[in-house]
Amino acid sequence: MDEERVIIPIGPQHPALKEPMNFMLKVEGEKVLEAIPNLGYNHRGIEKAATVRTYIQNLYLAERICGICSIAHVQCYAQGVEKLLEMEIPPRAQYVRLILSELNRLHSHLLWVGVAAHEIGFDTLFMYLWRDREIVMDTLELITGNRVSYGFTMLGGVRRDISPDMAARVKKEMKTVRDRTQYYKKMSSNERSILKRTQGVGILKPQDALALCACGPTLRASNIKWDVRREDPYLAYNEIPFNVVTSDGCDVLSRMIVHYDEVIEATNIIEYALDHMPSGSFREKVTRRIPAGEVVSRVEAPRGEDIHYIKSNGTDKPERFKVRAPTLGNIPAVCKMLSDSYIADVPIILAGIDPCFSCTDRVTFVKGEMGKGWIWTQEELRRYANRWYQQR
Amino acid sequence: MEHELLRNLRKKVATEKYPFIKKKPPEGLRGKLIIDMAKCIGCGLCVFDCPAGAIEMIGKGTAADLKVYLDRCHFCGQCAESCPSKCIVYSTEFELANFDKKNLTIEFKRKL
Repeated sequence: MDEERVIIPIGPQHPALKEPMNFMLKVEGEKVLEAIPNLGYNHRGIEKAATVRTYIQNLYLAERICGICSIAHVQCYAQGVEKLLEMEIPPRAQYVRLILSELNRLHSHLLWVGVAAHEIGFDTLFMYLWRDREIVMDTLELITGNRVSYGFTMLGGVRRDISPDMAARVKKEMKTVRDRTQYYKKMSSNERSILKRTQGVGILKPQDALALCACGPTLRASNIKWDVRREDPYLAYNEIPFNVVTSDGCDVLSRMIVHYDEVIEATNIIEYALDHMPSGSFREKVTRRIPAGEVVSRVEAPRGEDIHYIKSNGTDKPERFKVRAPTLGNIPAVCKMLSDSYIADVPIILAGIDPCFSCTDRVTFVKGEMGKGWIWTQEELRRYANRWYQQR
Repeated sequence: MEHELLRNLRKKVATEKYPFIKKKPPEGLRGKLIIDMAKCIGCGLCVFDCPAGAIEMIGKGTAADLKVYLDRCHFCGQCAESCPSKCIVYSTEFELANFDKKNLTIEFKRKL
């Protein structure tokens, strides 16, 4: 039987992947038996770069970890630094940041559902969704002045305020987005070609999702009610009523439904937040030197739980900065989903976790000579770390 | 679906006729930056805070001139935020592409 087993590499460059990442698929006929991920094609050295920049400069570096969840990353970073400073940002700034975070979620989710529709060959839905995403992008442009890198979140608050004129326009747009998403949701759960490609594909059972530490919409589509916004509220999320959306299908279709529902939920949150925005200042002054200490901050990025770790030594530059992007948490889960699936379903399963590999890649071993790379087991890495500390 | 189809039939072409008809950029767009040297106190905070190292200070203190490298600038707007005398302003001029790198360096000199 072993002769029939073939290893197929998917990536680093592959039409199904928007960013470089490699999966080695062990297949038997059309069936995938096992998937082995290889990360590290997109390592950019952000964590090291952060340690030679000041806290203010790092705001813009954190924003550039990912182009799509830029608000989530910069929020996570700023929140961590503010925790080190032991300060509370003004209530109005919290609401403005919350609205921005939800707009960010909206455009990321609409983008993902569009990509998923494209992967299964349903390009009409892709076009419709991306057309409607443009409304959200225009709204973000209206509030922040820019389309992708907003430069909006500052330490101690936000850069600009939301005026009543802007609020009225945002509310109008939210209604359009909600109505259209409801239509797409209804259509997606009835359309035969979508059901055929997504129902029962990429199954991730709830116990597996928990055991493999899946996060975000992937976890919630496996019927586990877990959301950082609810479990560990940041900003003003504890003052705003919202539902944590789940679905019990455990497949790609339920992931799609969760994304649609979260879009609808996000428009409701934005409308509520705009109506209940407290008045007052939207920014506070912050010192350049950050007191010594370490902090872990986490936010619910559109793709899942995003964790930043910052260690400060009392100067104006961080001593250590570590990012765990949500896609990294979902990679063991996607390998589980891939095993026992068919080769033709691989693109949609991979797209199913909403992957963002430029966020994910963090570790690489590089030494002097070109082309020398190797893999360490956890035990070897631990031994190396102990030796390094002893010799210090 | 039919509804969408009928609506699209009546629609105009979505593509913007960009170079001929220009859309007004959104308020708050960060384009080319302008420094009012009359107000500049030469503190150097913009140089210190710029994440891209796009601002250079020539000379010292109140006599210093500033050089801005637009090819390095990523238009984050931190210099305008840091400036204590608020002499840095971002205009909404965004058509800055150029064939020569030298044309992207702007010098701001003090009038004597």
